[in-house]
Amino acid sequence: MRVTQGTFSFLPDLTDEEITAQLQYAIDAGWAVAVEFTDDPHPRNNLWEMWGLPMFDIADAAAGLGEIRACRAAYPHRYVRVSAYDSSYGRQTTALSFIVHRPPDEPGFRLDRQEASDRRVRYTLSPYATREPHGQRYGEPRG
Amino acid sequence: MTAQGFAMPAPGREVAGEQAQPREEELPEEEPLGDDALVDLGAWQKQLAISAALEDLDTELVGIAPVKTRVREIAALLLVDKLRARFGLEASRPTLHMCFTGSPGTGKTTVALRMAEILRGLGYLRQGHLVSVTRDDLVGEYVGHTAPKTKAVLRRAMGGVLLIDEAYYLYRADSERDYGQEAIEILLQVMEAQRDDLVVVLAGYRDRMDSFFTSNPGMASRIAHHIDFPDFTLDELVRIADLMVAQESHRFSPEARQAFREYMALRMAQPRFANARSVRNAIDRMRLRQANRLVAAGALVGRDDLIRLEPVDIRPSRVFG
Repeated sequence: MRVTQGTFSFLPDLTDEEITAQLQYAIDAGWAVAVEFTDDPHPRNNLWEMWGLPMFDIADAAAGLGEIRACRAAYPHRYVRVSAYDSSYGRQTTALSFIVHRPPDEPGFRLDRQEASDRRVRYTLSPYATREPHGQRYGEPRG
Repeated sequence: MTAQGFAMPAPGREVAGEQAQPREEELPEEEPLGDDALVDLGAWQKQLAISAALEDLDTELVGIAPVKTRVREIAALLLVDKLRARFGLEASRPTLHMCFTGSPGTGKTTVALRMAEILRGLGYLRQGHLVSVTRDDLVGEYVGHTAPKTKAVLRRAMGGVLLIDEAYYLYRADSERDYGQEAIEILLQVMEAQRDDLVVVLAGYRDRMDSFFTSNPGMASRIAHHIDFPDFTLDELVRIADLMVAQESHRFSPEARQAFREYMALRMAQPRFANARSVRNAIDRMRLRQANRLVAAGALVGRDDLIRLEPVDIRPSRVFG
């Protein structure tokens, strides 16, 4: 199951040229671009691990793409996303966020139905991958 | 809440810090040309907005004729290369890394700034900003500190020009454990692999730069253009002073110009003379004395008194002592 999240979730994965164009848009708008990665892509997990500090002072998208490539190379079995933070007063929020890399195999999510009182049903999503311990999910080799 | 509310902010907003270039309209699409096509080079040059940068170079900077000639040559070569590409002729991207040698205050940074504009106009750089660094910005203090530091600087310079001032301090022959070598290796790697993304300019004294290249042949072979900045003559220094004074809405009285000339003649012979920078400092001190003179007199002051610099503003200098 292909996990979709963020700004371009309705589109196919962006190519590197498209990612570069988006990064340049964010930089030109004055947003700080950050690269993050995780092996727990639950939609409620907002706190992905950071690949270095947000890039506050870059002028060109090539620098951001370089970091994305480095992160992909280091964690080929994890999700990598880019987020752009708008620090301007009155907004101060993530202005843009999209997935730039995904594991080769995505087993998807299990839906649990919990029978509660009076026949009410509670639903819970859990990624099959998170049954494995952190660092060994999505076929990531032990090491 | 800002004026624009929660609307998506448009790109192109002012980015603080670094000399960010205003984004001009996109260059027109360059269609390939037929074998017998003719191109108006002059018009094309204007279209690429490099004429303006070259003119700025001429008007802003006094003297240093050989430097201007070299910059023009490089600009012409790049322009012709671009034209050749449009005719479908072989035109590989040339190596653009440069080395500026010369005494302090001879305009190396200013020329680098203009060079960045020219390269951007020709499409060899995407952003055309200048990031000026020294050894301290690249080399770390402990093991493992240098690589991230150097890489952060390189990230910042992507799409523009990285000016490394006094680059020879990166290499210390006397210390084997110096981290400078690590910075040089990362630099070399990026200069080779990401030639399309940034241009590195090394700046410093001629003789020290030569010995730096001798001990780092890898660096020497990756630098295409060596430009030597000559020292300014006395006449040029006085002309620079006139320009600087005019920029700050001041004016020399004729006697004051003569006094300044005498001051410069003496100052040039003294140690730590830094060409245009010394002129700048001398003018700053003159403004200081002028202000003090006006305040101490406590008399009626008009517009002209605020503009005019007098010999008494320069004569008390230690140089005349």
